[in-house]
Amino acid sequence: MSPAVSQARAATGSEARAPGTPAVTIPGRWATVVRALPRRGPVLASGLFILLAVGFAVTAPLLPLQSPTAQSVVRRLQAPSPAHVLGTDRLGRDVLSRAVWGSRVSIAVGTAVVAISALAGTSMGLVSGYFRGPVSDLLVRAVDVLQAFPALILAMAVVTALGPGLSTVVWGISLGFVPQFARVTRAAALAVRERDYVEAARAAGASTRRILVRHVLVNGVDPVIVLCTLLVPSAILTEAMLSFLGLGITEPTPTWGNMIDNGRLVLREAPWLTAFPSAALVLTVVAFNLVGDAIRDALDPHVQETRVR
Amino acid sequence: MFGALVLVFLVMRVLPGDPAISLLGTAATPEAVTALRRELGVDRSLPVQFAAYLAGVARLDLGQSLALRAPVARLVADAVPHTLLLTLGGTLVAVAIGVPLGVAAALRRGTWLDYVASTGALLGVSVPVFVWGLLLLLTFSLHWRVFPTAGAGATPAAVLRALVLPAIATGFFLAGVVSRITRASVLSMLGQEYARTARAKGLTERVVVGRHVLRNALIPILTVIGLNVGTLLSGAVVAETVFTRPGIGRLALEAILARDYPVIQGVVLISSFAVLLLNLLIDLLYSLADPRVRAT
Repeated sequence: MSPAVSQARAATGSEARAPGTPAVTIPGRWATVVRALPRRGPVLASGLFILLAVGFAVTAPLLPLQSPTAQSVVRRLQAPSPAHVLGTDRLGRDVLSRAVWGSRVSIAVGTAVVAISALAGTSMGLVSGYFRGPVSDLLVRAVDVLQAFPALILAMAVVTALGPGLSTVVWGISLGFVPQFARVTRAAALAVRERDYVEAARAAGASTRRILVRHVLVNGVDPVIVLCTLLVPSAILTEAMLSFLGLGITEPTPTWGNMIDNGRLVLREAPWLTAFPSAALVLTVVAFNLVGDAIRDALDPHVQETRVR
Repeated sequence: MFGALVLVFLVMRVLPGDPAISLLGTAATPEAVTALRRELGVDRSLPVQFAAYLAGVARLDLGQSLALRAPVARLVADAVPHTLLLTLGGTLVAVAIGVPLGVAAALRRGTWLDYVASTGALLGVSVPVFVWGLLLLLTFSLHWRVFPTAGAGATPAAVLRALVLPAIATGFFLAGVVSRITRASVLSMLGQEYARTARAKGLTERVVVGRHVLRNALIPILTVIGLNVGTLLSGAVVAETVFTRPGIGRLALEAILARDYPVIQGVVLISSFAVLLLNLLIDLLYSLADPRVRAT
């Protein structure tokens, strides 16, 4: 059996994969990435911080916290104290409780936006890169158009048109992030479309869907994963900006953005109202950025090469 | 550009919700809703509305503001210079901080300076505009009273004074990005043969970096600025709110609160045009930085 035929059979799944075929190296490479990440102190600390933030966000209703929306006139603008570790806001609500509940919105928006835009952008990129024709051209133009709009302004327009709320914020921000995934995947699809192994899979009768997923997508998955990790903090920041501007998710639901906006009005008298949600936001974004950078470095052959030297 | 027109039209018209009901409230009489729908032109079919919209844009007529009862084109034209000035100010801050920091980090790779520059760049890309803005406002406007807390200034000197803090808050994000790309770019250029030749000719390291390496590193720096023009514009919009400055951000927010659809439409459209225009400007700068671009 010629190597091309055996590769094609492996590609179409008509024969068990021979040991040593390229697909075997992928989990190995990922294992290298997973092993490499904890070696860097700040990255390990960031990973732990993210786990902690996600843990708090998920278990917020079970934690022994005061209600994030319970108001009290007598408790207004209290400085941090044992009773209210991070103080209270202008309506007497507990800042710690609101900061923890705010993390639910940030983490939910960050992950949902990346999941939706990755799915939509990757599909658009795969189709526009692999196929030729009017549909492909139309998708490329659509991506170009979306890219012309600043993400925040596009999200503002969508939120205005659809009304405020968590789901509209997610859709609004996702729309602005789709082009980045589409471009990265399209570049990968264009690069591998004419390769011999894709040709061989096609000749062996593999379905288009199988070729797209098993051969084209697999080759473009690294930049997509890196983009996912780097766009989570961008989505969190965009949501915070929308909430800060009074759009998107509004009071009484706590978000870090609307908490900071709330504190802005009493910046001199009660700086803790701005300081604590700002610190939570910045630390979360820094942690995601550090982990994202580390994954990018671990997957980048150039960086690997430099380190080996 | 045509695609941007289509998208703005679709976002504002096809999405659910009746602008007339949004403006008048659910308690409005059907007659009032019908009258407002006719005034807004939303009672006509979508193709007719789109044709009227295109014809208006071609005449630079973006409609009439519902809340302010003024032409949208004039409102936008009044606001755009303020936002463009802030965006350019932010870019200047980004280049003024990012390039020297990136060059220093590359030349002192692995030293404390490199770590300080990397940490600074990380903070630049991680701290949102409004947090920088509030910190600067608290320190330099409320505590020390060096810069004004609001407004854009009337005289040239006052305009510059009012621009400093918003431009710094807007530019910090891009400064982080520029610093990272400058470091990477200078590092890759330092090993090139032309840099070695320049050193072999007896040129000092300062001249090698300043005249040869940095000039070649300019292209990726310009590219990264071009890619981030949209983010910079978004940052300017937020900074306008923090520093209570006029501009398209303030105009958009006021329009959103008043459900003033024609103004929102105009602002979104003009933002996309601004991104395209600023990218064109970056493309023109490429030819200044690299003679090969001019040759082609």
